[in-house]
Amino acid sequence: MPELEITKIQELVYELWVDDVMHKDVVTVTPSTPLNNLREILRDNRISGTPVVENGRLVGIISMEDFIKWLCEGSPGCAVADRMSRNVIAVCADEPLIQAINKLERLGFGRLPVIKRGTKEVVGILTKGDSIAGLLKKLDIDYRQAETRHPRSSHIFEDIVADRSSLIFEYDVAGGGDVKRGGASASGLKTSLMRLGIDPQTVRRAAIATYEAEMNLTFFTNGGLITAIIESDLIRLEVTDDGPGIENVDQAMRPGFSTAPDWVRELGFGAGMGLYNIKTCADRMRLDSTVGVGTRLEVEILMGGKREVVRDHATVTA
Amino acid sequence: MKLKEVCEILEAESVRKVDSSRWRSREVASCQASDLISDMLSFRGPGSLLLTGLTNIQVIRAAELLDFVGICFVRGKRPEPEAVRLAEEKDIPLFATPLLMYEACGRLYAAKLPAGTRKEASPIA
Repeated sequence: MPELEITKIQELVYELWVDDVMHKDVVTVTPSTPLNNLREILRDNRISGTPVVENGRLVGIISMEDFIKWLCEGSPGCAVADRMSRNVIAVCADEPLIQAINKLERLGFGRLPVIKRGTKEVVGILTKGDSIAGLLKKLDIDYRQAETRHPRSSHIFEDIVADRSSLIFEYDVAGGGDVKRGGASASGLKTSLMRLGIDPQTVRRAAIATYEAEMNLTFFTNGGLITAIIESDLIRLEVTDDGPGIENVDQAMRPGFSTAPDWVRELGFGAGMGLYNIKTCADRMRLDSTVGVGTRLEVEILMGGKREVVRDHATVTA
Repeated sequence: MKLKEVCEILEAESVRKVDSSRWRSREVASCQASDLISDMLSFRGPGSLLLTGLTNIQVIRAAELLDFVGICFVRGKRPEPEAVRLAEEKDIPLFATPLLMYEACGRLYAAKLPAGTRKEASPIA
């Protein structure tokens, strides 16, 4: 599997702790338990090994393998203490799951006792199966959350205590006809607005207006700046460049009017709809331009459904 | 109508190599056809299929920003490599049909796939 594809899983493993996924009702034996009794204990609980505990503290671990070895030796009468491994490797309940999984992998063990840090008290047992089940459960929860909830950042405005608050995103747009990069700002803004939990229709309007403005910067200027200011109830876009400026703003606003050269038209642009499309997306629009100095476009988009018709207060000034 | 049916009607095949089976069950709500980016940007309606003869990267941008369900290139055209790359990044299905634009539109319209709306846009002033 390519490394990139497991990133999400890795992320989840880091978010889980051993005590999230371990078995808490752990079966234990004491050092004095006769090996004769171990068979029933392992069989009845359908387990292949168990921690050995004395006075609440972990002192060893005994496995099916130890038991079979004992059987092969003619099952001499002895206790767990005689056959258990005393060098027990355990994990702490407050360890990240990823560390525990690494330990399981590295040591080739099927299970690890889980102890409370400091006291060595056995509080659970972790198996590979537990780890996988825990991950699947977490994946399922994450999936549901993605389905039913807004992204985490959507509550940002509710969480901030202020009379007014706004988020400001800035995008540098390269000019000079860099068609391959054109649209990256609109795309970035769209992704960010979706993460803020803003309704898709408002996001689309902002994205389209930004895209048209961005492509104008790309084709007709030496570059410029797009600033998006997001408040709790509106998105304000400011697009600025320092030339060449628009000669006749009224004319530029007219649907179908275009000064685009052939190479721009061949790319599917230059239909003379750019500024008009921005206007249809905006609740308020203002365009100031001075030839040889630059152009400043301001667009306001109110959140929540918008009117079907170009609003009366849409203003265009030269 | 499912993307799968659209492909059958248009005799279209997937442009991207990866598992097209994942997309085929996606629902296509409507269709838009244009060779002009600004026209596309006046379309509304997420879940729309875009028919186009334009093959540059900006077509993918438009589809991304408008939440199109997929793009079908007409008259046997194939998108440029950087367009395919961006589509992969944004998970936008790409198809190609040998049909010309008129016939592609006609077949889908005859199959009762509705035209996309321009609802959010204002009437021509």
